[in-house]
Amino acid sequence: MAEAGLERKGAIARPTSPHLQVYRPLINMVMSIMHRITGAALYFGTIVLVWWLIGAASGPEYFDYVNSWLGSPLGLVVLFGFTWALIHHLLGGIRHFIWDTGRGFDLDTVNLLSWLTIVGSVVITVALWAWALLSRGII
Amino acid sequence: MSSMRTPLKNVRHLGSAKSGAEHFWLQRVTAVANLFLVIFLLWLVFSLAGADYISVKRTLSSPLVAVPLALLMISMVTHMRLGMQVVIEDYIHGEGCKIALLLLNTFSAILVGATGIFAVLKLSFGA
Repeated sequence: MAEAGLERKGAIARPTSPHLQVYRPLINMVMSIMHRITGAALYFGTIVLVWWLIGAASGPEYFDYVNSWLGSPLGLVVLFGFTWALIHHLLGGIRHFIWDTGRGFDLDTVNLLSWLTIVGSVVITVALWAWALLSRGII
Repeated sequence: MSSMRTPLKNVRHLGSAKSGAEHFWLQRVTAVANLFLVIFLLWLVFSLAGADYISVKRTLSSPLVAVPLALLMISMVTHMRLGMQVVIEDYIHGEGCKIALLLLNTFSAILVGATGIFAVLKLSFGA
């Protein structure tokens, strides 16, 4: 009984796997970690989106207040990061859909899909923002 | 030759995992929905960025925008709740703390989703 109690508290030293910093970073591993980080960040991005919707639903004054935050330099950095995280997580999701079918597990394909995720997410994000700013004559 | 194994070798019901593939499958179903709805969201916010209040309100209260936006809320908060649940289960080892955070995760996902849907409905039906 005493042993069972110890085990429950985790007092028995069990073998553990080497931790992340032991491994040389590989692109598929970095993309896997970034998929999780962007997913967690998007949790808070969703709150920003809902805040903006509440602003629009609350009338012009509160909408302007929300926009004054989102349009501030800090707000624009957050929104740029939000855009990138959303697109990165979306492209990573497509990668996972491909893997879910059982395809694309050879090393070359794994590396290609991982590089496409990071390069694609940066290119699409910058292109979207450039188009948005250029079409409004801001830059 | 008759086996000497008893039926106890089989996992009964869902076993110690306590659930089957529902989590995995719902994460995929909402991911497919999100794939389309997020592309719609990106088009929406990038076309509305910098627009004045009247045109934002008019766009958001159109059924073609409001319905996908409400669907996105449901799909997105379901997906993010499942994702955050796995993160909590992976990194939080104290049982009490874990259960508290899992509850907080569920409640906050529902709160965010309900608030978003309320805003969308108010834009369409409100004064």
